[in-house]
Amino acid sequence: MASLSIDKVTKRFGATVVLSEVSIDIEAGDFLVLVGPSGCGKSTLLNMIAGLTELSNGEIRLEDARIDGKEPKERNIAMVFQSYALYPAMTVEKNIAFPLRMAGVDKAGQAAKVGEVADLLQIGHLLKRKPAALSGGQRQRVAMGRALVRDPKLFLFDEPLSNLDAKLRVDMRTEIKRLHQRLGTTIVYVTHDQVEAMTMATKIAVMEGGAVQQFGTPAEIYDHPANRFVATFMGSPAMNLLGGQVSGDMIDLGGIRLPIPPGAKGIEDGRKVDLGLRPEWFATEPGADTVPVTGRLDLVEPTGPDLYAVVEVAGQTITTRLPARADIGGPGEIELHVDMLKAVVFDAKTGASLMERGK
Amino acid sequence: MTVNARPRFDFGRIVVYLVLLLAACFFLLPLVAMVFTSLKTMPEITGSEGFENSTILSPPSLVSFEAWGLAWSSACIAVACEGLRSYFWNSIILVIFAVSISVALGAVNGYVLSKWRFRGDNIIFGMLLFGCFIPFQIVLIPMARVLGILDLAGTMGGLILVHVCYGIPFTTLFFRNFYITVPDELVSAGRMDGAGFWQIFMIILVPISWPIFVVAIIWQFTNVWNDFLFGASFAGPDTRPLMVALNNLVNTSTGTKAYNVDMAGAMIAALPTMLVYIVGGRYFLRGLTSGAVKG
Repeated sequence: MASLSIDKVTKRFGATVVLSEVSIDIEAGDFLVLVGPSGCGKSTLLNMIAGLTELSNGEIRLEDARIDGKEPKERNIAMVFQSYALYPAMTVEKNIAFPLRMAGVDKAGQAAKVGEVADLLQIGHLLKRKPAALSGGQRQRVAMGRALVRDPKLFLFDEPLSNLDAKLRVDMRTEIKRLHQRLGTTIVYVTHDQVEAMTMATKIAVMEGGAVQQFGTPAEIYDHPANRFVATFMGSPAMNLLGGQVSGDMIDLGGIRLPIPPGAKGIEDGRKVDLGLRPEWFATEPGADTVPVTGRLDLVEPTGPDLYAVVEVAGQTITTRLPARADIGGPGEIELHVDMLKAVVFDAKTGASLMERGK
Repeated sequence: MTVNARPRFDFGRIVVYLVLLLAACFFLLPLVAMVFTSLKTMPEITGSEGFENSTILSPPSLVSFEAWGLAWSSACIAVACEGLRSYFWNSIILVIFAVSISVALGAVNGYVLSKWRFRGDNIIFGMLLFGCFIPFQIVLIPMARVLGILDLAGTMGGLILVHVCYGIPFTTLFFRNFYITVPDELVSAGRMDGAGFWQIFMIILVPISWPIFVVAIIWQFTNVWNDFLFGASFAGPDTRPLMVALNNLVNTSTGTKAYNVDMAGAMIAALPTMLVYIVGGRYFLRGLTSGAVKG
């Protein structure tokens, strides 16, 4: 278990800048998720922590000791790969024991440790099999076993669930989180799936274009997005953005006027802004801090637990998330109530948050 | 692939099989003629009295292994009448060293060129590939000069060196193209788990590389065993490989040509390659195609 500090790390491939001055600090026991669309640089960053890719600039420190420049095996870091990367010619037992064998642990020590890890992951019955004879979920466990077996200071996961089917993915997600809680290890986890990020992380770094867009707890990221990209990337269905203009203490959305949310400060009259409203902030009944919004119901998508109602408001389309049994009638006029206390405002031009909490 | 409920005997299929059968017979004829001739006695081959109806394709009336014995241990090659035996062992030694060294080096080359990329690696690979296209004849004189400088002219070591040099471009190509299909994550995982350059190669990659080892070994075995030009050019009197000796045996002209001995000698020379194909043939095909479909 160790704290990890990524300090102004830059990576260039020739003239292309893949990562520019990325800085992230996590404490011992944190579960950091690097999330972003493909090509955002998250896997490159992970490989640099692992020592598989060299840095162009910057420092990486593990437990206050610099590790950039060291060989992977000198870093005491374990990694679980997207393809699991199990050694095809070895049995599960030999796969898990491999890091110990390389470290020169004797046979008895290897067997004891492999047994321990196999019990923890419930793969004791698979030890004599070859990887080809395992299912996707079993391979995943073996890969984790191989990472766990030598008690590393830091675990790296590179999209470990993306090769599993949907149901197994949810199960393994829970299992990895449980493992983290039980062992208290420091983890850096890369994914493009914002649900994985929200459910597992203690800290999230949302990345895009080779830079960290926002770094914080899942709640901070979700409730106080630093910019439009973070706001729309995190959350499903995505946050609704309504273009408008500030007029007095209201935002004019072109026909409909909504009050400026309380957290927004210092926006002058006439400024073009995007009002961000999450789908679940809408309700059919008025609440304590709600403001009525009228629109035209376009489409209804029942998902089982919820009802996604696509509504046209002031010529702009928004998605709302209502209870499954909400009584909204058929297509036509609809009145909804939106919680403006949580609403966020972005600068229309730069996309940066204009809220006081946002960075 | 669909499984038919019962075999279909339509006309087209019968024609196809007939044509294939004919083609097989046609291509087998030379082999049949060789085997038959090697088992006959000279009077039967020359159609002397009592064997007037004998042709090159008629089965031996009396199977005799005498010619095989002669070819193996007492036929005259130039002035020595000791058969092909000692040359056979020359070729065995040559093949063992030339094949194992060129395959081993090719495997390491392929590993480095696919998994440990470095600046200019593609240029080096391109230059190695170029070696595949250099005709043997062009290098004869430079090679002789190099062997002379190395004091290896006329030795077994020199001949092995020549074959290793000529084999490396091919074996490198085989292994490089094979390892390109092996996921890089395996190497990364090895590095994370604390394995070094050689440990990753020997413990993780070699055990999954047998299909391409079979391909490289068969390829190199066939080329080295069947080589005549390098053997004739660079071997000394005591280190001549079998193919050179076979040529000398067949071209030695003292009295009547012993066709049965010539044929038996040729069969002896061809058997090891045939054996290698029979044993390794199906792996050969699997190995050649294993790059295309990721296992």
